Amino acid sequence: MNTSEHVLSNGPEKPDVNSINQSAEDVVKTTTATESKLSIDGSSRYQAGTNSNIGRYLWPCCALVLLLVVNLFLDASFFSITYQDGRLYGSLIDILNRSAPVALLAIGMSLVIATGGIDLSVGAVMAIAGAACANLLLIPDISVATVIMVGLAVGILAGVINGSLVSYLGIQPIVATLLLMVAGRGVAQLINQGQIVTFQNDAFSFIGVGNWLGLPMPVWLVLSTLAVCQLLLRRTALGLFIESVGCNASASRYLGINDKSIKVFAYSVAGLCAGLAGMITTADIQGADANNAGLWLELDAILAVVIGGASLVGGRFSLLLSVIGALVIQTLATTIIISGLPAKFNLLIKALVILIVLLLQSEKFRNQCKQLVSINKKREV
Amino acid sequence: MTAVLELKNISKIYPGVKALEDVGLQLFSGEVHALLGENGAGKSTLVKVMTGAEIKSKGDIIFQKKTYNFSTPIEAQQVGISTVYQEVNLLPNLSVAQNLFLGHEPKRFGFIDHSLMVKKAKQLLTRFNLDIDVTVDLSSYSVAVQQLIAIARGIAMSAQVLILDEPTASLDADEVKVLFKVMNQLKSEGVAIVFITHFLDQVYQISDRITVLRNGKKVGEYITDKLPQPKLVEAMLGKELKELTGSHRAESSMTQKRENEKLLRMENVSSKGSIQQFDLDVSKGQAVGLAGLLGSGRTEVCKALFGIDRLNEGRITLAGLKLRLSQPSDAIHAGIALCPEDRKTDGIIGPLSIRENITLALQARLGWWRYLSKQKSQILADLYIEKLLIATPDADKPINQLSGGNQQKVILARWLAIEPSLLILDEPTRGIDIGAHAEILSLINSLRKGGMSLLVTSSELEELVAFASKVVVMRDRKKVKELSGHELTSQHVMTAIAEG
Repeated sequence: MNTSEHVLSNGPEKPDVNSINQSAEDVVKTTTATESKLSIDGSSRYQAGTNSNIGRYLWPCCALVLLLVVNLFLDASFFSITYQDGRLYGSLIDILNRSAPVALLAIGMSLVIATGGIDLSVGAVMAIAGAACANLLLIPDISVATVIMVGLAVGILAGVINGSLVSYLGIQPIVATLLLMVAGRGVAQLINQGQIVTFQNDAFSFIGVGNWLGLPMPVWLVLSTLAVCQLLLRRTALGLFIESVGCNASASRYLGINDKSIKVFAYSVAGLCAGLAGMITTADIQGADANNAGLWLELDAILAVVIGGASLVGGRFSLLLSVIGALVIQTLATTIIISGLPAKFNLLIKALVILIVLLLQSEKFRNQCKQLVSINKKREV
Repeated sequence: MTAVLELKNISKIYPGVKALEDVGLQLFSGEVHALLGENGAGKSTLVKVMTGAEIKSKGDIIFQKKTYNFSTPIEAQQVGISTVYQEVNLLPNLSVAQNLFLGHEPKRFGFIDHSLMVKKAKQLLTRFNLDIDVTVDLSSYSVAVQQLIAIARGIAMSAQVLILDEPTASLDADEVKVLFKVMNQLKSEGVAIVFITHFLDQVYQISDRITVLRNGKKVGEYITDKLPQPKLVEAMLGKELKELTGSHRAESSMTQKRENEKLLRMENVSSKGSIQQFDLDVSKGQAVGLAGLLGSGRTEVCKALFGIDRLNEGRITLAGLKLRLSQPSDAIHAGIALCPEDRKTDGIIGPLSIRENITLALQARLGWWRYLSKQKSQILADLYIEKLLIATPDADKPINQLSGGNQQKVILARWLAIEPSLLILDEPTRGIDIGAHAEILSLINSLRKGGMSLLVTSSELEELVAFASKVVVMRDRKKVKELSGHELTSQHVMTAIAEG
């Protein structure tokens, strides 16, 4: 912090800055007209900005609460939570538990999307990490810690490959990660030698089915990943650098940020999260299925980030909102099941509800709705 | 004489802001009508209303004695009002010919006739002395050529009213001449031209009539020949502008002593495809100007110094230390800062706040693990907003909502925060209104007096000569002349650019 404090304490006394002030004062007298005008139109725009900032948290949360309330009408016992054998049971806990893989993927995906990229390979990376762990567990007397380390390392490696393709070879993110999305499942099948590999290891299964302090382990893993990432990104300048690179990579390079390593970092975190998610699903079913583990989950993760209000062009991100997005997706799935509608309606309803959530987030759409309402009112008058 | 296009009592109200209030404008065929005013005066809004890009809140648009209510740009285009916007609004991944005829391609049997389109495109561009391959993607040409193509497109639509919004901002002197020739030709064909610009000299060269806007209101309409320039500036600012240039020369002898201490030395620096065998010395507290036409290598010198372009040979030393520059952060760590030429793509981080834009460079130099807390960066941002008179209600406003001049000041503040020993300014006053222009010039002067070394490129020679104690003239990627002392006049610089 030395440099910054130096700047702060010495800044005002510096002769050059003082003289700037004096000489500029003369000029500004002639331009007060401009200045006052600028601040007038500026302030109104600024207020619009803060409103939409609140809206950023408002709409995803509203969607989640609304879905939960709908569930309450469908099933009166929806909110009831019971405590049995040192563990909490209930629909809400179920939703938290089941949304864990997508929530983890969404955390990593938020960073990648914030840099202006996208990662289609996370589902395949889950399969690789799962396959690697399952096969290692077949070795007698192997320590679970080693297996977990390998699972995470596989994820990071995949992320580094993705990030390097994007930033050092300049391949479009969607193409670069599509490569690993296709190749990744192939790698997982090779590791599994075309079989579904099952294992018996209670210590490893604990990641997927265990519980601690009443909550399922996957929930704890999401919470701790969220907390660690939040600390890492918001208590250091990394989060700001990611946003800066996502808003304008060229200008970020001009001001001294190494945009390429920032991108590699973002993809690595996404890979790490995918590795963790892959281990959860593998531990959950005590087996690694290279064909189906994490299948299409990359799309759910992208959707979760979008429901969280992030722009696919890059820029601002919020990990918390992305996790809320993942919860919305899982709650919706539960709602459809509880409602008793035939299963063939599931996908259609999911798409419709998500469309509505996304439209509500759009300021333009809300304004158009307001206009419609006001026209109708006028007619009634 | 009746007007081709007449705007009567136009008002445009955005939520909370009156952008235009009872503004009138009359355009006559065969006349160039300059529309002037500072940034935010309402010029762009007026143009948008005229062309249907924005819908007016009140007033009448009368085109050839008929009243119109344009609600989309296409409607205005169809009756013959064509616009060339300030930023090139073309499609970079289509060919030049496709861009020129997009939406009204020559057809044969209902299909696009490509060979005829190419032929017509070539014909059209010969008017601009542009002999280029029209089948190549637009993006393969420089911004200046793209701008000319955009103007050619506007003309190709055989408009009766042609609106040119800052067409000369990215053109060099020769290209401006070509453009003016075409404008005069169009004038004689009876086209009414609206010309928006910040260059007052050009207003006097080409326009017949001037309308000045200020704060969304019309100040007046004048015949160009009868309005002397100082009166025009007064009308634009609403107050008298002090004489800005030519007052600093006397002080330069005071700083002479300090100037003996060499700070930067470039020896025999070459970079592939950009500069050749370039030498330059900059002393402590000295302001050095870089002059030359667009593409002469000015910007490339700045880029080489900042680690953006790699060097093929030669050496750069700063305060006696040899620099190895492979990326901008190397240059920043050595104490070099650069305000880039293209503020929008290389300067501002649009959606981020003023506070973040000011502190990012310092933060990048500190490294990601030493985080400037929000309070500290707030103090820093408030300090510079006050010192540089950045017009904003607070530091949390996104920078892309500021005017060009204020954005430039934020970028200057960003670099002042890291206290560089050498500050490179590449076209610091381009596209900035007169008031902010003057503030930035006086800022440059006070920085120089405070002991900072400056390297400044600018197309405005008067400006360069006013604050630089040495001007290096470049042509064809080489240094052709170095002017200082009594030789340093804009006339000499001009001759050096022209003759080498």
